[in-house]
Amino acid sequence: MNRNLYDLIGLFAAVLFIMALKGLSSPKTARRGNLLGAAGATLGTVLVFWAPGSAHKNLALILAAIAAGVIVGVPAARKIQMTQMPQLVALFNGVGGGAAALVSTVEYLKLGKSATTAEILATVFTVVVGCISFSGSIITFMKLQELMTTRPVVFPGGRFVIAGTLLGVIGTAIWVINSGGTSPLLIMGGLALFFGVLFVLPVGGADVPIVISLLNAFTGLTVAASGYVLQATLLIVAGTLVGASGTILTRLMATAMGRSLFGTLFGAFTAKPQESVGASEARPVKSGSADDVAILLNYAQRVVIVPGFGLAVAQAQHTVRELADLLTSKGIDVAYGIHPVAGRMPGHMNVLLAEANVPYEQLVEMDEVNPTFPQTDVVLVVGANDVVNPAAKTTPGCPIYGMPILDVAQAGNVIFLKRSMRPGFAGIENELLYDPKTTLLFGDAKDSLTKVVSALKAL
Amino acid sequence: MSNGLALLSIFVLSVFVGFEVVAKVSTTLHTPLMSGANAIHGIILVGAISVASNATSNLQLILAIIAVLLATINMVGGFVVTDRMLEMFKGKKKEAK
Repeated sequence: MNRNLYDLIGLFAAVLFIMALKGLSSPKTARRGNLLGAAGATLGTVLVFWAPGSAHKNLALILAAIAAGVIVGVPAARKIQMTQMPQLVALFNGVGGGAAALVSTVEYLKLGKSATTAEILATVFTVVVGCISFSGSIITFMKLQELMTTRPVVFPGGRFVIAGTLLGVIGTAIWVINSGGTSPLLIMGGLALFFGVLFVLPVGGADVPIVISLLNAFTGLTVAASGYVLQATLLIVAGTLVGASGTILTRLMATAMGRSLFGTLFGAFTAKPQESVGASEARPVKSGSADDVAILLNYAQRVVIVPGFGLAVAQAQHTVRELADLLTSKGIDVAYGIHPVAGRMPGHMNVLLAEANVPYEQLVEMDEVNPTFPQTDVVLVVGANDVVNPAAKTTPGCPIYGMPILDVAQAGNVIFLKRSMRPGFAGIENELLYDPKTTLLFGDAKDSLTKVVSALKAL
Repeated sequence: MSNGLALLSIFVLSVFVGFEVVAKVSTTLHTPLMSGANAIHGIILVGAISVASNATSNLQLILAIIAVLLATINMVGGFVVTDRMLEMFKGKKKEAK
């Protein structure tokens, strides 16, 4: 293909990516934006098979690898449950980072002694950051999938190990730049993989979405750097767009959770490992039956439902809507109090309740719902914990301290639908559970809600 | 302008475009946006195909083919999962201001 034509089509694909990101940042155009991105990606991928100046070897192998990738990727994305989407995104991000590191490595091997300093620098950057993104994403995946503890992992002398590893990465990077060769590059990659693990281990469960977003931005930058090595404009534009927008997004997410980015990433190093407050002593709680809950709800004038991850796990969004409709038909004022980070990803609850066709007007954001709690008779907390935990206000030094919460303690009564007394994702005890005005109804959120609905109907 | 400098210019300008396009995004869309951006960096597939078709040794070829596989998973899976997230929003007339 003619070089100019090739570059022009590549430019068009790059414009599609910009329009994709623009579209994704507004609810009305989000879906179209994603499709534009997919169109740009398809165009770029098809185009490269006609790249001018390419040897066009190994076509069959390449197509087979693409087919295998589709066979793995599409069913994984289709079958995954809503609750597990964040970890799937983390995993996809990790493999992307790994791919970028491999691409630069291959080009570096091919260039050999003829590589310029700028190309070597870009390769070093890609391999280091790509490897960190790969191993870090695997750890976030394991944390979210609960294959390992979701609490911050801090071990004695950890900060020295991590600082030492970082120095090792920098040292081998200088070695690669000065002397070239394959072995230094491999050692550097290995150290970077290890650093990625150390980097994510101390991050607490609730902060994991921020880390996924950050690693996503990292992968974008590695793609841009490998685009520099390959002299591929499309890779530079697409990678940089993701790197830049990902950085902004990471900051926005951190702000929504009331955290500084620095505190999220390094908080576990400065804080002492938390004693879980009062976790061991068995304290009395008031647990009620579905009938008790139904009675409380029946005589309320205003009810606020606070959904959390438990709702997502139990797939109880339709049942909760049934309950809300029933209460509304009795003349009770019902609203949903939506914490921005309830669930395992920002906007999780909006997505889930939208699926059950909950009217949008009933979904009230945190800032608007908080002042209404003193006038609220009953708050029904469905499978949420950390986002209503007063420890975020009262216990300096606890992992969620400073996070804005839903002030449900201001309401007349609080009902918790919980599976057990187990603390939330952040692993912190919730004092509100022991409050005299709190009633607990144990069990799966869907079962409990179904029982409450039938008890209400019987009243 | 040298080729290296031209590529650097493209990089710097793209940084500003990237900052601008997502400056005002509602909380609801943080996750789909992250997921969509994640799929876009799957475009490394283009680089992977390019190095695979020009490999000059078996080691290069093996590494490049693994890169093609991983990048495809990232790109295709990423767009599909983003579409599934956004599908949940459909049928809703009103949205975040």
